[in-house]
Amino acid sequence: MSEVNELYQQLILEHNKSPRNFRKPDHTTHDADGYNPLCGDHYHVWVNVQEGKIADIGFQGSGCAISKSSASMMTAAVKGATVQEAKEMFEKFHSVIMTKIGEEIPEEKIESLGSLGALAGVREFPARIKCASLAWHALNAALNNSEKNVSTEN
Amino acid sequence: MTALEKEIVFDVVNVRKEFPILASTVHGKPLVYLDNAATTQKPQIVIDTVTKYYAEQNSNIHRGVHYLSEVATFEYEKARGKVRNLLNAADSKEIVFTKGTTDGINLVAHSYGRKFVNAGDEVIISAMEHHSNIVPWQLLCDERGAKLKVIPMNDEGELLINEFERMLSPKTKIVAVVYVSNSLGTINRIKKIIDAAHANGTPVLIDGAQAVAHMHVDVKALDCDFFVFSGHKVFGPTGIGALYGKRAWLETMIPYQGGGDMIRSVTFEKTTFNDLPFKFEAGTPHIAGGIGLGAAIDYVQTIGLDAITDYERELMAYCSDALQSVRGLRIIGTAKEKASVVSFVLENAHPHDIGTILDREGIAIRTGHHCTQPVMQRFGIPATARASFSLYNTKEEIDALVRGIEKVKEIFG
Repeated sequence: MSEVNELYQQLILEHNKSPRNFRKPDHTTHDADGYNPLCGDHYHVWVNVQEGKIADIGFQGSGCAISKSSASMMTAAVKGATVQEAKEMFEKFHSVIMTKIGEEIPEEKIESLGSLGALAGVREFPARIKCASLAWHALNAALNNSEKNVSTEN
Repeated sequence: MTALEKEIVFDVVNVRKEFPILASTVHGKPLVYLDNAATTQKPQIVIDTVTKYYAEQNSNIHRGVHYLSEVATFEYEKARGKVRNLLNAADSKEIVFTKGTTDGINLVAHSYGRKFVNAGDEVIISAMEHHSNIVPWQLLCDERGAKLKVIPMNDEGELLINEFERMLSPKTKIVAVVYVSNSLGTINRIKKIIDAAHANGTPVLIDGAQAVAHMHVDVKALDCDFFVFSGHKVFGPTGIGALYGKRAWLETMIPYQGGGDMIRSVTFEKTTFNDLPFKFEAGTPHIAGGIGLGAAIDYVQTIGLDAITDYERELMAYCSDALQSVRGLRIIGTAKEKASVVSFVLENAHPHDIGTILDREGIAIRTGHHCTQPVMQRFGIPATARASFSLYNTKEEIDALVRGIEKVKEIFG
């Protein structure tokens, strides 16, 4: 399919229209803000970590289809996972979308991402990679209890 | 003149041939360049002028006694004269070459501000300013203990001049307002603003970045105290622009940057400064840029700014009509008087996504806050998609834009 159709495929459009976990959970232990000043994508991510596992996760905010669907898919992928597994998922996702155009990504790598693999096409749109990774950066910051506010321009 | 005769006057087909980049393809499609408010494309004559400067004339200016230095100085100062002529300023001493609009505003904020703006004083700007006409004044007010006041606007994106008149007071030391808004397209009634400010004894700076490529600018008729613009927005090179300042102000203002060429004599005990305009031009300037800007001004004046204004008005009307018929599309900025900028939002599709999909169709628009975050906040939106025209755009390109938007709607439902 064309690059645009691959980027804006059904799954992504669906997550954009009806984002999963689009609320603040009742109980939260960690949270962080993610902001892209260049386009205005702005999300807050909350997590409830219990015994090393992500018992609950939610997000609120607004932005483009890529950032919102990525945030939605992220929450679906990490809910129930351990903090360590969530961080590993981020590393894998990040390395896939940062792969240079023209370089092959092994099929198994994309498959191991599950539905997150739908966003692999964003690497053909370098200006949009920050949109796809914004929520993940916020989640990472929340889990590391590091900065409370993440910006794509740091 | 009948409408038909008027259309024949503007030969856009041949104008386009003069801009080599317009023949490019992007993602396999013909380039449709609708991002002119960000920067304009360059005609071959400007490209050739810059190349010729570096190939045949390059030398440092003002200080040499050899032939090339004389040629370069002559060409650079001739270009300054062209800027003077474009703006209808009285004297070339009132034209300071800068790096661009932002640099020019910072110069005035520093050189005028640090001398004349003190604790308790007020600076007035407007709600639709570009960050370059907000931040320098914020920095100045913070430093001097002065207050920044903002002229509000209505939902159409027009400044409330009555409110502005009420804001003026003996404490108001300068008013800085944009001529044409880069995100809303509004043409402000700056003559009214200038007259009201002058009645209050207050000087006015006009940000003309989005004006000079689209309409006649006459600083004498406007009677503005300062006028700034950027070369790259009027078919000239980047990194060059000009500040017009009334001689009386420039004479009393303190220098902005210190260095070579802005001095008359230097000792460690005392340094004296050069005459206008050199007092404000420290260091080796973008000589090629200035000369290139001169060529761009010649080009624009050959076509004629009246012809350009008329043609672009046609394009604007065509575009506004076409976009208004797209369901789910809302134009942001609906002032009665607008120039060449159409910002819009689409239901169900974020501007960033609109921009990406249009890009794949070869269409270049800009998406985001356009360096006017307060405008976005005022209208309650994170960003807009913005199409901005110039003299080489066509109705066919507007048709392509509309087809592209329909494609976005197809994808986003």
